Amino acid sequence: MTLDKIQLDLLEKVADLHGVPSGAYNIRSNGTKAGRNTTANIDIVTKEDVDGIDIIIKPGTKNESVHIPVVLAESGLQETVYNDFHIGENSDVVIVAGCGIHNGGDAASRHSGVHRFFVGKNARVKYIEKHYGEGDGRGERIMNPTTVVELAENSYMEMETAQIKGIDSTNRKTVAKIADGATLIIGEKIMTHGSQVAVTEFEVELNGKDSSTHVVSRSVAKEDSQQKFISRVYGNNACNGHTECDAIVMDNAKVSAIPEIKANHTDASLIHEAVIGKIAGEQLIKLMTLGLTEKEAEEQIISGFLK
Amino acid sequence: MLELKNISYSVEDNGVKKDILKDISLTVDERFVVITGPNGSGKSTLAKIIAGIIKPTRGRIILDGEDITDLSVTDKAKAGISFAFQQPVRFKGITVKDLISLAAGKKISFTEACDYLSEVGLCARDYINREVNGSLSGGEMKRIEIAMILARSTKLSLFDEPEAGIDLWSFNSLTRVFENMHQSVKGNIMIISHQERILDIADKIVLLKDGRIRQIGTKEEIMPQILGATGYCPQIKE
Repeated sequence: MTLDKIQLDLLEKVADLHGVPSGAYNIRSNGTKAGRNTTANIDIVTKEDVDGIDIIIKPGTKNESVHIPVVLAESGLQETVYNDFHIGENSDVVIVAGCGIHNGGDAASRHSGVHRFFVGKNARVKYIEKHYGEGDGRGERIMNPTTVVELAENSYMEMETAQIKGIDSTNRKTVAKIADGATLIIGEKIMTHGSQVAVTEFEVELNGKDSSTHVVSRSVAKEDSQQKFISRVYGNNACNGHTECDAIVMDNAKVSAIPEIKANHTDASLIHEAVIGKIAGEQLIKLMTLGLTEKEAEEQIISGFLK
Repeated sequence: MLELKNISYSVEDNGVKKDILKDISLTVDERFVVITGPNGSGKSTLAKIIAGIIKPTRGRIILDGEDITDLSVTDKAKAGISFAFQQPVRFKGITVKDLISLAAGKKISFTEACDYLSEVGLCARDYINREVNGSLSGGEMKRIEIAMILARSTKLSLFDEPEAGIDLWSFNSLTRVFENMHQSVKGNIMIISHQERILDIADKIVLLKDGRIRQIGTKEEIMPQILGATGYCPQIKE
């Protein structure tokens, strides 16, 4: 497998990878497979009907990881990829996905990833997804990830997503169905600047008894960017749901939070919290009394907030 | 040495001019100078003026002979002024270690963090990676605020009611912190306080009332005045 400097840089940004990872991986570069490795417990199979892969994790697989980064360095490339994760019962794995776009040309580059997770009983999954864009071309960098999660009894999934830089437009959708005793934790971090637009939508159905979810979105909107956070949590059984949107708005940016929590069961306990506002003046002043300039104080506050 | 020369501060309230501070002249050259006085007498405003958060309407602020009146908050901090807020500020995602590092002006080691935190009665192991957010109690926040001032070790350290909300940690510890701080830093420490235990360690006490200096003196000279100035009520039980 050979990747050039731009591709390697993107790989580092989205997957913290310096070269080829250990364990199972599939690297997709400019629309084609650039490398793959499978292990005794983790198989990766190319789909035949659509563009994408099936990642099959055997029941009982513990402490293994799968990396499936995507890099796009060719201006104007547009693709939709379908990746399905079949996670066996009683397994405990880490999955790292991510997409980096380098667009040095004038045509829009677009990557739409549809990731479906079928998590078996008692399994635990940590899923990390990073999005990053760069390049000085006028072509837009567009990413539209869709995540579909089905959690079986007593399974647990933690999903960390981050989009910190360079994506002009994103429309992110996450849909989940949660069975008895299962838990879904989502932590999302977004920073937009320039004239970027980010829409992020969550829909979680708490179908099982004692199922739970905690959805937290932290975002910073700068300059003329716009963000919209939509969260819907439906409590269809005795369950706990919590959604939280916490946004810092700066310059001329606009942020909206649209929550819907719906109890279809008397033992459903659902909470929504949303806070949108500028950086608190007292936070800036406190850091300035430590000798930081206003600009340095602002950077500290934002980097802590998105940490 | 800090010198305040004829500091006045007034605000407009519905078109009516209100004087908050009137012609304050004061020298801070002792180990501990305590500013006391009833609520609303202008103590916190005076501290904010020294730290640069509020600009005085009139008067000059001199630090070691240099006029710092017009410096920004940042530049006053760099010139050697530290300010512990009455109500410490919380930050999401910023840890105790981050804040102490920012205060020290460099990345600090675990041992250094431990030095500052143990001084205020907190165990570094338990606190160093805690976020300075709503999960910390008011008392914990106050102690971290003091640890930050220790880490800064500047010519002048200003504390606005450091004892308020200091939960189980005793005043003895607090006064010991000030004493140790003076020993190691050799700077001047200015404390706004109502507490007699803090007045006990003062080399000089300044009594403010209605925005004016009512009296400057030792504890013995000032105590009778304080009881008068704060409107001592015989019905309120200690």
